[in-house]
Amino acid sequence: MSLLTTLARLEAVRAGVAQPLATVRHRHVSERPFALVPLAAAGETGAPLAMLLGSDREHPRLLTVPQPLDRDLRFAFLARLGDELLPYLESFGGDVELLERNVKDPESGEKTVEVRELCADAPQLIVPNPGGVELLGLFGRSTRFRRTAEDPDPGPYPAPARVPLLGRWLTHLSERANVPGSSMLLPLTSTLARHWATGQSSLEDAHLGALLAWIAPPEGSRGEQAASRAENGRDERGQLLVPPAGPATDPDFDSLLLAPAVTRYDAARSAQDEPLTRARAEEIEALLRSVLLPVWHQVWQGIDLLRELPPAAHVVERWEGDRWSYTGHRDRVAAGEPPQPLHDDAVTAARKLAQREREQVRVDLEEALDDPLAMAEHRLAGQAFAGEVVEVQPDYDTSGRSPKPRPLVTVRTEDRPHLDPGGEVHRAGGPSTQRAELAWLDAEAGLLTLRLLSGMGRKKEPEPGSVPEQGEQVCFTLFELSARQSAPLPDPEDTPWTHGGPPQ
Amino acid sequence: MSTHPSPAAAPTPGEQADAAVAAILASALHGGERGTVVDSPPGAGKSTLVVRAARELVATGERLMIVAQTNSQVDDLVDRLAQADAGLAVGRLHGSDALPSEIATRHAGVVASTKAADLRELPVVVATAAKWQWVRDTDPWHHAIVDEAYQMRSDALLAVARLFERALFVGDPGQLDPFSIVGTDDWAGLHHDPSQSAVVTLLAHNPGIVPHRLPVSWRLPASAAPLISDAFYPFTPFRAGTESGDRLLGLGPATPPPPAGLAPGLARAADEVLDVAAESGWGLLELPARLTVRTDPEAVAAVAAVVARLLARGGEARSERGTAPVDAERIAVGTAHRDQAAAVRAALAALGVTGVTVDTANRLQGREYDVTVVLHPLSGRPDATAFHLETGRLCVLASRHRHACVVVTRAGIPELLDAHPATEPVQLGVVSKFPDGWEANHAVLEHLRRHRVPVG
Amino acid sequence: MNHSTHPRVDQPLTPLEARLAALRGDAAARSMDARALAALAANPGCDRRAVLDAAGVDKASLAARLGSPAAFGQSPFAITRGLVFERRLRADRCAELVALLRSELLPEASAQTPVEVPDLLPSEGPAVRAARTRVALSEAAAAASAGRAWTLLDRPLLRLDVAGSSVSLEPDAIVVGPDGRWTVVEIKSFPILDGSADPTKVGAAARQAAVYVLALRATASALDAAAPSAVRPAGASGAGKPGSPYVEPEGLAGAVRTTGLLVCPRDFSNVAVAAPLDLRKQLAVTRRQLVRMTRIETLLAALPETARLDEAPEAVDALAHAYTPDCLAACELSFHCRTQARAAGAVETLGRGVRGELGSLTTVEAALAATGEGEALARAARLREEALAR
Ligand code: SF4
Repeated sequence: MSLLTTLARLEAVRAGVAQPLATVRHRHVSERPFALVPLAAAGETGAPLAMLLGSDREHPRLLTVPQPLDRDLRFAFLARLGDELLPYLESFGGDVELLERNVKDPESGEKTVEVRELCADAPQLIVPNPGGVELLGLFGRSTRFRRTAEDPDPGPYPAPARVPLLGRWLTHLSERANVPGSSMLLPLTSTLARHWATGQSSLEDAHLGALLAWIAPPEGSRGEQAASRAENGRDERGQLLVPPAGPATDPDFDSLLLAPAVTRYDAARSAQDEPLTRARAEEIEALLRSVLLPVWHQVWQGIDLLRELPPAAHVVERWEGDRWSYTGHRDRVAAGEPPQPLHDDAVTAARKLAQREREQVRVDLEEALDDPLAMAEHRLAGQAFAGEVVEVQPDYDTSGRSPKPRPLVTVRTEDRPHLDPGGEVHRAGGPSTQRAELAWLDAEAGLLTLRLLSGMGRKKEPEPGSVPEQGEQVCFTLFELSARQSAPLPDPEDTPWTHGGPPQ
Repeated sequence: MSTHPSPAAAPTPGEQADAAVAAILASALHGGERGTVVDSPPGAGKSTLVVRAARELVATGERLMIVAQTNSQVDDLVDRLAQADAGLAVGRLHGSDALPSEIATRHAGVVASTKAADLRELPVVVATAAKWQWVRDTDPWHHAIVDEAYQMRSDALLAVARLFERALFVGDPGQLDPFSIVGTDDWAGLHHDPSQSAVVTLLAHNPGIVPHRLPVSWRLPASAAPLISDAFYPFTPFRAGTESGDRLLGLGPATPPPPAGLAPGLARAADEVLDVAAESGWGLLELPARLTVRTDPEAVAAVAAVVARLLARGGEARSERGTAPVDAERIAVGTAHRDQAAAVRAALAALGVTGVTVDTANRLQGREYDVTVVLHPLSGRPDATAFHLETGRLCVLASRHRHACVVVTRAGIPELLDAHPATEPVQLGVVSKFPDGWEANHAVLEHLRRHRVPVG
Repeated sequence: MNHSTHPRVDQPLTPLEARLAALRGDAAARSMDARALAALAANPGCDRRAVLDAAGVDKASLAARLGSPAAFGQSPFAITRGLVFERRLRADRCAELVALLRSELLPEASAQTPVEVPDLLPSEGPAVRAARTRVALSEAAAAASAGRAWTLLDRPLLRLDVAGSSVSLEPDAIVVGPDGRWTVVEIKSFPILDGSADPTKVGAAARQAAVYVLALRATASALDAAAPSAVRPAGASGAGKPGSPYVEPEGLAGAVRTTGLLVCPRDFSNVAVAAPLDLRKQLAVTRRQLVRMTRIETLLAALPETARLDEAPEAVDALAHAYTPDCLAACELSFHCRTQARAAGAVETLGRGVRGELGSLTTVEAALAATGEGEALARAARLREEALAR
């Protein structure tokens, strides 16, 4: 955690309510998000218990598994999840933009125009917390290799037809969630915690109810009490007043309410009393609905809170990355490619890592450019400085054939960048990318004189507006403002001997 | 290869090292495996080995590419190669935004270029892994040497391995591990985890490769090698190349008055810890326990005081290489964080001291000095973090010296370590190659306590 | 399962044990189970926890009596599932576990060697079980060295000295192989999915296994001392030099392997799979931790002689706590300690790392006061204010 975040948390303690950690919203929030509140069956790996889901906040759909140990019931759950979710996911596939780009044929060297499709929008799934993302990933892992009745060799337990397809989508979405800055599958707690500092620790922020209690405490109460009530306030039956946001259920709910209900259901079922079985299943549904509905409302409350923040400037551009990701998966499914393998091969792993690192750098840079609070972190760390231009002096580099503009710009700042004369800086928020070097500094007076090196056009005189003027507020960083390209990697079939050769 | 006088006599360090180098060269030239791996503890002659191997590989008439990790490592290597063989044409491949240093280009045989094609026919071409990754459209080199291979990430090796047929990998497993700015759990336990060290991947995929080991540290004095070996290399121990009487650090008398700005009490303690360190190879200058921010002004002042007194008194380092004054160039200050290094530089400048290297552990990797002064990474901290406890960090800081190392710290680190949670996650299938940082920190402090001088 | 209701019968209580028993009151003593070991790992510097664990106090019920019950319940579904898994492994004199261990641990050649599963009298008191375990271990070592059999000890009971007081430990199983090497087996109910498992849980299992290795070494040394002619294991070779924390001990204690075996359900099934655990780091760390622990006697000085936690739970407040939010996942007393830490305005309540940011500012109040002109946090406060004003 940074000192500025710590400071915000301290202020939150004093104020009794969460404090802003961002002045803008750094994640995309769709106009038509799809919320899912999944619950897992305790003790079983990746086994569903229930889920409240949908894009209509007033009318959520409830799916349950009355006996989580029953394989058929689990499949029925997943099939219904597919029925609910796949139409939403697929609904974004039809509306496309056509993009042209020039490509060179590697063999002939001929230049041709390639037209590519990019889906105009992409789905957005919102779950309460990272545990929810993980559970969806587990659903994906356990279903994408399933054989169905339509397969030539369906095996002993064929899954319903669209279950493997659901598995591939869930796998894709949960992978995408690992890409920094992506918004296609958003865990709410970490997204909210990026934008607000509470008066508790980040571990406690992982509890959606407690986090919201700090961000929007009920009238007349302070964050600390509201959060503490959300964490462990219980009613006279010993049940939590604010049920946990999953995927784990409260053990006391399991033992006092759910387990007896499941036992009753099992009894009815083994007595082959169908109406009673149905009634028992409905009892379980009612129980699960009662613990899911409060979380459902919290999720939409969280979405509302995020929507109140103005979107950051780069959010649209990053969302385009999600659209590409969505389009790519749509195409792979359409092309009949096999499901994602269990493990990445060496080249795929390296490519993914490179992508995630590049996106992490990018999101850090863009957040700093979009949000003065994020830039303040860098200023405090001596990696950036901001201030007012107090003097501009034209100057030229006459060493070449034609003189080039190299104006000297003096900035007054209270920041203390870790910068020595000759060091390179980059202008943030200027009209174009612009490099400069520190010509000299007067640390006492807080005066830094910079020589602008680029971003002024090709003529002798700088393009109008490309050089900051006296009195203007400017900001420079010691780090480059764009992510570096990643190095090319071999094709998987050319994996070298150092990495075990091509995958079999 | 030297012959042993009699089978019964234990081999001398020189004999041990010669035998190891001979086996390494044989394996690199004619071994049945395409890769040869050499683990080299601090100061075990890694650079000498690289230069020697390069010359032997070139002597076979095949062209050689060398991969290093940073531009300064590349320049350094080019310089050494050119010094060892003035007649050798060495290509220095570099990026357009990273011009080679003068120490490399001053040699007549060195040709620098941003294009591999320009250097293609030279017997040796040296570049960083980052630069090699972009080299395309070329037949592979027959031989490669990968220097500082433990600092190279597996994915970087994946990007360059197509450029060579055989390779010699040399590195120190005890330095700081490569890292990633994003989570890499997705690939933990896989043989080809892209975020782990290149050597680990190579060995996992080529089980026939048995790493060689340089068994003797020529840098670390007899006072330091056993401690560093026990604390940081328990699975691959090494010894010092010199005996305890072979290295002497002579200090001038503590008579020159301290400059204005240096408190007399602090100057006295600095003199005392220097005497202890000159005598024993280690010194621990301990300030009273206190929680501080990272750039603890008192600790910074104490570091500066030790350096200033050492320079003021004038030292003389006597060793198997002869006798030389310990001037600013032979002294380094090591810290954990960059802001600490900046604070020490400022404090030194205020005392009128110039020319002393002050840097973080990351940047001191591979460097060697006569005397080092280390600001303990945990000094004054209310808590330890994985960063501060990283085994490699302390190892780098405590193994840069030929004569003596003075550690400056606040008291109370053992207690801080005791309260530190032991909750390190463990990935199945990942073999721990390196000892635990918490334990190593305790071990080093326990040893240093014997050489303690309190301040105030 | 994890608490032993029987007092020790093998010898009279030492004064320390008597004091700890009195502190515990009428409640049953708990053994140092996985949760207690995890709490120790998460907060080794906490005096309060150290004393409570040494006294075998049930921290969950103490927390409830203090009015801040812990949130560490386990769902009946999870318990059932875990029991089913373990029961299957142990059914038929551990037939399935034995089969798994055979394929994991035994060289081809000895695959046919018979296996002994001695009865360790699990329903008896801890003293009896500890004695039975010692005897079984020494018989197993003899059987192995004679090449007769290998042995699986199912739920043995070991004792280890922790901070000057003896605690009971219950490993899931110990295998004495035909090569004479002893292996600690940990059975866990979290899955190994596609070859990997939750690193936090694996880490906890490894630290737990390391404690058992140390306890086994202590038992082995005791056996050595009792019968100096005891069989020497084959193949125990120490890395590093004597004195190095990574060196394996001499004698029978060297027979304990530094690689444990983790047994978990595989993927989404209930089928068991085993994975080796390299314990060398955890051993080095735990060994030094145990050596350096403040002695319980010293910590007890903070409490009145007559303190009885079953009658007056609030006496626990006389013991210093060292709350950080990490406690929430590890120690049953965490809500109680959190309330106290918050009341005191401790900055640790905001996160462990916060202390590192704030240096000598240890309370929220002091830190907020330091945002004034010229103070430590002034610069940060100015920057924050400026950014928010835009
Ligand atoms: S919760 Fe309290 S008793 Fe438990 S470890 Fe933390 S501070 Fe100690």
